[in-house]
Amino acid sequence: MSLDTPWDGSRSHRRRARPARRRWRSRFDVKAMPYFLVSPYFLLFAAFGLFPLAFTLYYSLYDYDLAGTTEWTGLGNYTALLGDEDFWRAVVNTVAMFFIATVPQMLFALFLANALNKRFKFRLAIRMSVLLPLVTSVVAVAVVFTQLFARDWGLVNWILSWFGVDAVNWRAERVPSWLAIATMVDWRWTGYNAIIFLAGMQTIPRDLYEAAAIDGASRRRQFWQITLPMLRPTLIFVVLNSTIGGLTLFSEPTTFYGGNVDGGSQGQFQTVAMFIVKQGFREFDYGYAAAAAWLLFLLILIGAAINFLFVRRIGGTK
Amino acid sequence: MMISKRRGLTAASVLAAAALTVASCSSGGGGTSQSSAPASSGAAEPVTIRVQTFGGGSNFGYKNAITKWNAEHKDIQIKEEHLTDQFEQQYWPQMIQWLTSGTGAGDVVGIDEGGMGLAKAHPEWWADLKEYGLDSRKADFPAWKWENGVTADGKVFGLGTDIGGMSLCYRADLFKKAGLPSERDKVSALWPTWDEFIKVGQQFQGKVKDTKWTDGTNTLYQVYLYQEAAKNGNVTYFDQQNNLIVDKNPAVKNAFDFASKMSQQGLTAKLRNFTDEWAAGTQKGAFATVGCPSWMLGVVSGNAGDGGKGKWDVAAVPGGGGNWGGSWLAVPKQSKHPKEAAMVADYLTQAQTEASIFTDFGNMPSNTKAQQDPAVQGAKNEFFNDAPIGEIFAKSAASLQPVFLGVKHAQVKNAIESVIQGMDDGSVPYDKAWQQLVDDAVKAAG
Repeated sequence: MSLDTPWDGSRSHRRRARPARRRWRSRFDVKAMPYFLVSPYFLLFAAFGLFPLAFTLYYSLYDYDLAGTTEWTGLGNYTALLGDEDFWRAVVNTVAMFFIATVPQMLFALFLANALNKRFKFRLAIRMSVLLPLVTSVVAVAVVFTQLFARDWGLVNWILSWFGVDAVNWRAERVPSWLAIATMVDWRWTGYNAIIFLAGMQTIPRDLYEAAAIDGASRRRQFWQITLPMLRPTLIFVVLNSTIGGLTLFSEPTTFYGGNVDGGSQGQFQTVAMFIVKQGFREFDYGYAAAAAWLLFLLILIGAAINFLFVRRIGGTK
Repeated sequence: MMISKRRGLTAASVLAAAALTVASCSSGGGGTSQSSAPASSGAAEPVTIRVQTFGGGSNFGYKNAITKWNAEHKDIQIKEEHLTDQFEQQYWPQMIQWLTSGTGAGDVVGIDEGGMGLAKAHPEWWADLKEYGLDSRKADFPAWKWENGVTADGKVFGLGTDIGGMSLCYRADLFKKAGLPSERDKVSALWPTWDEFIKVGQQFQGKVKDTKWTDGTNTLYQVYLYQEAAKNGNVTYFDQQNNLIVDKNPAVKNAFDFASKMSQQGLTAKLRNFTDEWAAGTQKGAFATVGCPSWMLGVVSGNAGDGGKGKWDVAAVPGGGGNWGGSWLAVPKQSKHPKEAAMVADYLTQAQTEASIFTDFGNMPSNTKAQQDPAVQGAKNEFFNDAPIGEIFAKSAASLQPVFLGVKHAQVKNAIESVIQGMDDGSVPYDKAWQQLVDDAVKAAG
């Protein structure tokens, strides 16, 4: 970070006779001030990011009972986790729900953004309304969806019954529970992603579309050949965000089971985040939960890397 | 980053809002009121004592008792915080976090019998009520109820609130519809044993199509388990030395077999007790019977709402008595007003208070003086068609057997109930359920 701009140089040149203390102060202004100004983020990150990270890592090496003893166990928690079928079930649930929720969500958000990117009446109001699901409280969302997907008097089962489908026990069966939670996630986050896509779309130069139109490219072709490739940076950002959000999914499945982190009687829809909370704060096995948190971190890294490689190819010109 | 942060926030708020109301208002009053003798100086700011409770419906039944106290004590105000319906899954884990971290717990907290083993093992969490003269209350309670509130080193930390007792709540109107007798003595005569209970259930379901015989597998499983425990050394999942005996105690296997039988015969509405769906099911008449320890009367009437008044009634439980449940009140050491909190705990467990809770809501007093109160002995419950609950519960109160529950009872109970519920909702095959129950119990106890 070089701050020796000509402007700065000329100033110091003109005031050569300045006392040493003032010079020191101006040096401080120039050299240290930027660091001082950016420090709040790093201080906050150290306090709320780095410290918990290190703390969790430290205790993941201990057999740490919140209501009892602390004993060194080394990598014991990790090896136990890798052999724990409850943990793997949570991993499968999390990844499955992530796919079920995210793939349609991305597509839908993309098409929604494309539709919103046109000129029409009440544009602002309609664009804003897309964000509404996000600002509703997750508890309210849960109440509504819990009733929609209730086994006995739920709307969804009622509609299914028109087609002769037997009542689905949304909380007891694994795949249906994933579907129900995925709809909840999509309902809340599609609009949010659509708005980000929309912002990305608006940075694409208009003349590209005009040129394409003159060349006779259809709307659809314009979307696939101009919008999508130009949108790639936004796409990468949104997909990475959704990966992190999807793999740490917690509130929707928890509220779906009455605020209980079991995720169904047999963990049908228990996510890794819920598994961590259960182990740490219900079984009081904090060390085990800490190790699971680190494995989740690893899982997110892997997921993010795969998605990044995948998205980078989308609409590729090579 | 944005999404994950937001999700993190919502996750936190879900924990806070859906599971528990976080202690946003710390005990009012502030530090100044602590030193001033209550009531003596008119200028003293009132001390707010937060009483934290759990349970469905009217839970501890403190509504009227607190209104009365607050009207009479301007210097000490009680604020009840009903945190959640679910003890093992939500209330107790949260409480333990508060107790270990040294902040967040109320001034008086309710503890279910399932948590007492752990509570006793941690005397450092609790204020010693002896310091406030409450060892004088010893004579008010049956020996077992009193002793469970005393730690190994002699600290008095818990005062007894209610006790279990046992009955069966049933929908008289639906019984009529099924052509069964609906009058409570005749209903009791229908099922001297559990086999007959199941038989009547099949008969019932043959007549009334859209109503199941009972709520789910878990409620009656507990009722059965406590009856069996009395025949097997008064232990359930742990022996007196805190060893896990799930696979060795015949009480557990018998109760499991019974639950499995009910489920296989399709007699359950497949609802897990203390969930929202269960409460909704009570209100909508999804089932005709539910196992009712005395405190369950308040839960059922609370869940059913005014619409259920007069439709519900109370009969004898098949297989005789049993003692499921009952709670204690304790004062956490972190309370800023332990003296006032002790006064409140004292008040809420007085004979008069416990007696009025029984007549208002049905929670059976553990206070022996309250049990002998003629008002309790002759009490009738309006909601349950004026059932003579004094006769049903109070008479047997003295003979109740205390059941020993281990330090990790809450975790093991939750694991076992999940398997029994899973068997009912189809996620655990019947023939594999027992093995899984044992395995999961071992895991939860580990």
